[in-house]
Amino acid sequence: MDLNVIWYLLIGVLLIGYAILDGFDLGVGALHLFAKGDEERRLLLNSIGPVWDGNEVWLITAGGALFAAFPHAYATAFSGFYLAFMLLLVALIFRAVSIEFRSKREGRAWRNFWDYSFSVGSILSTVLFGVAIGNMVFGMKIGSDMEYAGSFFDLITPYTLLTGVFNLSLFTLHGAIFLNYKTEGQLQKKVRSWALKAFWVFLFLYLVLTSTTLYFKPEMIANFSFGQMVHKSAPMELVQSNQIVISSFAWVVVILNGLAIANIPRTLVQGKELQCFLSSACTIAALIFLFAIGVFPNMITSTINPEYSLTIYNAASSQGTLGIMLIMALIGMPLVLTYTISIYWVFRGKTVIPTQGY
Amino acid sequence: MELDAVLLARIQFAFTAGFHFLFPPLTIGLAAIMVIMETIYVRTGDKFYLMMAKFWIKLFAATFSIGVATGIVLEFEFGTNWATYSRFVGDIFGSPLAAEGIFAFFLESGFLAVLLFGWDRVSPKMHLFSSYMVLIGSIMSAFWIVVANSWMQTPAGYHIVGTGSMMRAEIVDFWAMVFNPSAVSRFAHVIIGSFLEGGFFVMSISAYYLLRNRHLEFAKKSMVIALFFTAVFSVLQLVQGHTSAEIVAKYQPAKLAAMEGLFETQSNAPLYILGHPDEESQKTYGIAIPGFLSFLVHRDFDAVITGLDQFNENDRPPVWITFQSYHLMVALGMYFIFISLLSVFLYWRGKLFENKLVLWVLVFSVIGPYVANQVGWIAAEVGRQPWIVWNLLRTADAASKSVSGAEVLISLILFGILYALLLFVWLFIMDRKIKAGPEDSDEIPILTAGGAEILPQFRKN
Repeated sequence: MDLNVIWYLLIGVLLIGYAILDGFDLGVGALHLFAKGDEERRLLLNSIGPVWDGNEVWLITAGGALFAAFPHAYATAFSGFYLAFMLLLVALIFRAVSIEFRSKREGRAWRNFWDYSFSVGSILSTVLFGVAIGNMVFGMKIGSDMEYAGSFFDLITPYTLLTGVFNLSLFTLHGAIFLNYKTEGQLQKKVRSWALKAFWVFLFLYLVLTSTTLYFKPEMIANFSFGQMVHKSAPMELVQSNQIVISSFAWVVVILNGLAIANIPRTLVQGKELQCFLSSACTIAALIFLFAIGVFPNMITSTINPEYSLTIYNAASSQGTLGIMLIMALIGMPLVLTYTISIYWVFRGKTVIPTQGY
Repeated sequence: MELDAVLLARIQFAFTAGFHFLFPPLTIGLAAIMVIMETIYVRTGDKFYLMMAKFWIKLFAATFSIGVATGIVLEFEFGTNWATYSRFVGDIFGSPLAAEGIFAFFLESGFLAVLLFGWDRVSPKMHLFSSYMVLIGSIMSAFWIVVANSWMQTPAGYHIVGTGSMMRAEIVDFWAMVFNPSAVSRFAHVIIGSFLEGGFFVMSISAYYLLRNRHLEFAKKSMVIALFFTAVFSVLQLVQGHTSAEIVAKYQPAKLAAMEGLFETQSNAPLYILGHPDEESQKTYGIAIPGFLSFLVHRDFDAVITGLDQFNENDRPPVWITFQSYHLMVALGMYFIFISLLSVFLYWRGKLFENKLVLWVLVFSVIGPYVANQVGWIAAEVGRQPWIVWNLLRTADAASKSVSGAEVLISLILFGILYALLLFVWLFIMDRKIKAGPEDSDEIPILTAGGAEILPQFRKN
């Protein structure tokens, strides 16, 4: 395994960290307006209050790591998704400041305004993340100069909207499962029924998305085929010698994904709250791995000419930088995991409305 | 109409970075002051200092969230608006940015949760430890981002690889890149600037309470801590600023010439106190001390200072903006020393809390460090032009090729509206919290973000 592959995996891990952690914040945001009355809404916000900010740091770090390890992928994707990412930023800012500002005044109009902006901001960010992933799967109009040659509207297709809505169902489910873990009593009952509904929507969209992808982009499973199939738009010679390892890993992920999904309704009904949350987290991790294996070794696939695709080799930084960064990650990531786990430990237990404030 | 995409991208970056920089210096400075207060509380057990720390933490929290939210925009903008630049510097610039995330942001945001919501979940000592970690995290984050910016000013530890659009800088020596010639000095400058912003902020509110005859004990105690803190750092900033200027003189002579309005290379170069550099006539008009620039840079009145005439016309920075913003920053720095030492003197004579005039001046002096921090960055960044990376890559060549002027304009308008709203809400909330005063927060748990305070009876264990 060379440094490029290690960094591809590490960025995957950072994105998984982000999707699992901020995924439930965004999911809680998507569900926020379904909660009725100030008290329920405060409980929802209180459940993510101490952690959402730290969760967003995973995105910042993933962005920084992408910039450092694969600057061409960072530059092409971010400039290519220009308006989409600007909207994403605005949505994320609204999400963030709504959490902060809502509690600062009692007035009904004030709280309603921030309730809506919190929810709309969360939903829009979630859908846009999904749209971005959809474009990475479907390929983009990348020219020989590594620049995106399409327009904003080329990014919005039925397929990418499907991935956007799918992501919304995934995060909503995840958020409901998180709330199921953090709430009790009447609200928990309500949350559990949201989670079950979201699960069936998620499962339906999962099947639709999988079959659509297989129909339109069969090469997404080339890496699952033990070398029997060729990825039309990826330079497979880069990974030919490792097909067995890659495909074996891929099938392990597929099986884990299936088990994790199946475990969600079971643990939800049986009231195994933490296990249910972990299953949903594993589902997210597996889905990101499936996506990453599907496009590998491409990062951004060109629909103009397969040779123009950005791979983990032609988009990467020098071996020197990748090596230095690996040392940083080896020092830094254990620290990060330590803080993250300690913070969640400090704030364990069910969320309760405080006597004052939020 | 053809929109100038590069110009719009520059305006957008200047606007979003300038807006972002309204917030982090205050959080760094306030963090330092609240850590002092909380340390006194833990050492003496005096609950009054706890109440003081809690009040400033409330203001800190409302500011911190905007700093985070507007900071992500900048990380995205390198890629969205400056893709060519990102390709060129990614091998170098990316690692400090990633280090900022891994080493600073996680530390800061993790312990921030304990700082804001952990009052009755952890022991006072653990809480104090968390406060220190938030301060250290915010300072480390400033370190890495200033390292990255300083590399654009004084590149080191790299070599250039490739040609044409695939040309880029690659790292040769990581530590030479991190400790590039201007990094440490500029980092110290930014941190001291942030401490001054925090210090003047606390003094301003304390002076306001004193004038309104409210929360007197709180105001006096806060004022004393902030006053001595500010006095020490305003003097240090003078010494530090001088070092920074020497480094500019050595490594970025064209920028120094622009900052000082020096068109002509000369010995016995004058130092302008006030002036108007006229780029038409290539002359600077104003009040100057003859020979003093030569003396400051080389400790020799006869030393030769390189003027703008030594550089090709297309390699010169815009002079007027660089000169004026730099001079305004220096003048404000001098003012900070004056007003803080004067206040220390009055305090020593026991007259500060009765001197209405000086207290009113202190109320409004908080604007000073905001302006100084902004114009300082303007001088640093405009003075670097026409280069985005000094002598290596021109700003004009650095923007995203696939992004049109219209797209940048749309996003610029979007951010203009959003940030105006944010600023308004931030001012509104700060105003309410300040008017509510510290007693409001006494015995009441801190309930800013989310307010996930858990009542004792509901806690497990």
